[in-house]
Amino acid sequence: MHCVLPPFYPRLILRQIIEIGYYSLPVVGLTAIFTGMVLALQSYTGFARFNAEGAIANVVVLSITRELAPVLAGLMVAGRIGAAMAAEIGTMRVTEQIDALTTLSTNPFKYLIAPRILAGVLTLPCLVLIADIIGVMGGYIVSIHKLGFNPSVYLHRTWEFLQPLDVISGLVKASVFGFLIALMGCYHGYHSRGGAEGVGTATTNAVVSASILILAFNYVVTEIFFAGK
Amino acid sequence: MSENVPKISMQGVKKAFGPKKVLDGLDLDVQQGESVVVIGGSGTGKSVMLKNILGLLTPDAGSIRVDGTEVVGMRWRDREPILRKFGMLFQNAALFDSLSVWQNVAFGLIEGQGMRRDEAHAIALEKLAAVGLGADVANLSPAELSGGMKKRVGLARAIATEPEILFFDEPTTGLDPIMGDVINDLIVACVKELGATALSITHDMASARKIADRVAMLHQGRIIWTGPAADIENCGNEYVDQFVNGRAEGPIQMEVRQP
Repeated sequence: MHCVLPPFYPRLILRQIIEIGYYSLPVVGLTAIFTGMVLALQSYTGFARFNAEGAIANVVVLSITRELAPVLAGLMVAGRIGAAMAAEIGTMRVTEQIDALTTLSTNPFKYLIAPRILAGVLTLPCLVLIADIIGVMGGYIVSIHKLGFNPSVYLHRTWEFLQPLDVISGLVKASVFGFLIALMGCYHGYHSRGGAEGVGTATTNAVVSASILILAFNYVVTEIFFAGK
Repeated sequence: MSENVPKISMQGVKKAFGPKKVLDGLDLDVQQGESVVVIGGSGTGKSVMLKNILGLLTPDAGSIRVDGTEVVGMRWRDREPILRKFGMLFQNAALFDSLSVWQNVAFGLIEGQGMRRDEAHAIALEKLAAVGLGADVANLSPAELSGGMKKRVGLARAIATEPEILFFDEPTTGLDPIMGDVINDLIVACVKELGATALSITHDMASARKIADRVAMLHQGRIIWTGPAADIENCGNEYVDQFVNGRAEGPIQMEVRQP
């Protein structure tokens, strides 16, 4: 409710988008490129036995866009951002800064939590789209330079098998994960108790619960999109 | 509004955390323009009392009225205009460490009232000057300030919106006696300047003597004595007497296990 009703804080939303999106780019990019590379390599060793090496491009693009980019990016961001949110809000809680917000007639839900959740929901899909591209590129690099594939055939196969739904489902997952990461970070931070130790516990709980929820909701969203197809 | 309606009125306020009764039927009225200091030992529920009035905690029972309006169980939207009447100085100042000093002071003006940033900046500098801080500290971050400066910035932030009611939570705790006295003087000056109603909690008797018109003693969740600040030395109440003179022996037994 607090996300859709005014007052809004565009400045704070922007800051969170930069924090979540821009500063997560290196870690998400590295995760994606190595995942794409190892995927190509592993599929090759598996598929070579059945003379099905040609399917590597399909395997890479489907796995990356549907599952690996959203889930791995989600988990990496959960570690980076979920922890940072829980620590920041938790410290604000134990040093009475959240109480101070209230006495300055500013609703902490709107000021602290809504911008983070909005930024999470908006930013994660962008990150995952970039991870899709970089991941496919990782697979391409290994296939061309190590496994000796023909570049144009590889790209053609990648493009041919890619359905819009694969990417869209991945981006929907990313949005859901962004929501979960911000929600867990804020929830555990907001309810942290008892000084430095409490903030530490909140940080751990935020990362662990966000990671578990990401894996669980990954199944749920997959079921919604692909069950019965 | 009639003269007789107290600015803040608490009746039978109870609050327990699990089995621990912190407030147990607290009654206290604060009149318009009065400065009341609540004294009491650590852990007797002084901070809990303030948090109940502000709605940061919800009492289990009892009534709290601000200007005659019942605030217990109020929704956020209705509470907002009530909160505008309050300014509070927190025990550890509770400055927002992601914002600079002037942004802290101007916070209630910019975010709470929607004032333009340049106007709020000018008022922030004015309020910083009122607590004896120059424009040079305005752009520092709170982490760069000493304890006494943090308290002063916290005070400037509390008075920036010119509230009708000021709360002071242990204003001198953690400061050296001289800085403590400086803060006390500033509090007295600010309250007078604004014509505000003040409710403070402290266990520092020097501070209480200086800023109080009236003193109330909180013990075991109730107000056990209240009277003018001048009477505190010879009030005839042995609990208050023990507290004021800081004696370990007396009717108040600290829960300290004997070795």
